[in-house]
Amino acid sequence: MVLVFAESPKGKFEKPAFEAVTYGKKVSEMVGGECVAIAIGDAKGAEDLGIYGATRVLQVNDPSLAHLDSQMYASIIAQAADSVGAKVVIVGFTATGKSIEGRLAVKLSAGSVSGASYLPTVNGGFKVKKSVFSSKAIAEYEVTTEKKVISLVGNSIQPEASGSAVTVESFDAEIPARRITVKDVDTIKGVVPLPEAELVVSAGRGMKSPENWNIIEELATVLGATTACSRPVSDTGWRPHHEHVGQTGVAIRPNLYIAAGISGAIQHLAGVNNSKVIVVINKDPEAPFFKAANYGICADLFDVVPRLTEAVKKFKQN
Amino acid sequence: MKFLVCISKTPETTSKIAFSADNTQFDTSGIQYIMNPYDEWFALVRALELKEAHGGTVTAINVGPASNDTVIRKALAIGADDAVRINAEPESAMYVAKQIAEHAKDGGYDAIFLGKETIDYNGAEIGAMLAEYLDLPFVSFASHMDLDGGVATIKRDIEGGVEILEVNTPLVISAAKGLAEQRIPNMRGIMMAKRKPLNVVEPVGFDDPCHVVGYELPPAKAAVKMLDPEDMDELVRLLHEEAKVI
Repeated sequence: MVLVFAESPKGKFEKPAFEAVTYGKKVSEMVGGECVAIAIGDAKGAEDLGIYGATRVLQVNDPSLAHLDSQMYASIIAQAADSVGAKVVIVGFTATGKSIEGRLAVKLSAGSVSGASYLPTVNGGFKVKKSVFSSKAIAEYEVTTEKKVISLVGNSIQPEASGSAVTVESFDAEIPARRITVKDVDTIKGVVPLPEAELVVSAGRGMKSPENWNIIEELATVLGATTACSRPVSDTGWRPHHEHVGQTGVAIRPNLYIAAGISGAIQHLAGVNNSKVIVVINKDPEAPFFKAANYGICADLFDVVPRLTEAVKKFKQN
Repeated sequence: MKFLVCISKTPETTSKIAFSADNTQFDTSGIQYIMNPYDEWFALVRALELKEAHGGTVTAINVGPASNDTVIRKALAIGADDAVRINAEPESAMYVAKQIAEHAKDGGYDAIFLGKETIDYNGAEIGAMLAEYLDLPFVSFASHMDLDGGVATIKRDIEGGVEILEVNTPLVISAAKGLAEQRIPNMRGIMMAKRKPLNVVEPVGFDDPCHVVGYELPPAKAAVKMLDPEDMDELVRLLHEEAKVI
């Protein structure tokens, strides 16, 4: 039996939840039993989790659960795991999931693989691979405990409709007292957050000044992409710090990463080299980023980026 | 107030990663080690700033062999008052969390800091595990933290925004960029660090619930295709037809 925590931090189920359920469904086919989802909070649309393979959704809703408190959430998920007899528990490798995963592993006395980007193998021990050393290597972990906890890196599996019949039921959990008070939540509206983004347009010091960012934003808009930046750019305050991708910023794995005016220092690559396709625009032919790129354009970004925006517009119209 | 900062030793960022002939061990030859940047730049420095503002002590703790002492001394040089090293070769995050929890449970710490993740195994697990062992609240990815009496006000990074929280101490807090600014140890700090206590403690018995059985390098990337800067229609075509990402 597999239990998946289907997160809904913004009051609805989104890609991280659908990916986790898809993964959970595949794991349940390996270890036996069904894929059961646990949802915490008042998000609507729990039956959608059935599309991705959940046969049951256990829902726990209480006003005290409106915001994450890792102790409350981990306790509820552990109770659900015990109730369904889950051998494998899956959460997302997200801001929410990372706050919970370690607690769950301790509660369930379960070995854990955090940040898995591959499905497990179960012949000759339960083994799961994940990226390590900032994506410079892959390590295979063997989990030797009876129960296992896995957190799944975003965009490492595509949500896959397998469409089973699903029952949504209220789960009667004991809810621990809240110890963290959320005073305010400040989210940027209308933008796909970087860790979930499939398309990312990023720029660096080659932009020369923050006023020039309009060409990056236009390209991002026509693509439907999220904007990002390099560390020097966020450090000097040209761009907000949540846009900083790289080793000390956000690590991302989009399908497409377009980098303009970023040289590609190893600290930057550490945050982006899991991107499926990398396009590098840089006028310096020696920029180390070209070595990590799939497509390179060696030219002035102020010429190339607007031209690319026009080409994308033309493509979208056809 | 008493602060505990968990520090980890990691290979330096630019290290070339290689493995033993049978790919079961990380090849440590020629590797330069550093203190995990999230632990050093953000967790340790914020604990020191809070000590400077409110009084108290900062203790650095590490789980590892004697060869980790260099990194621990650096934490002392930056300003930690004393340090503890649990003498073990950990194979899992839970082992590390268990050992630190054993030290911290009777330590009377008001706040336990650690970096949001280590740059080697990137698991981001130990803070939550430690909090669970100690039955404490855990706040991950803090980019701002202030203390007023026994109440911590924290800004926490979430996907696409921030949460502003209040938590009573004691608590466990994981540090993200923004929590503090890196401090470079000065000569006086380095000299003083040699005389500060570094207590070596033997681990409690605990079986690793998981361990690495093998390593591999990521598949080699195909050589970059350089395109004509004048022809961005060609790039769009390749992204659509060849790479299938748009």
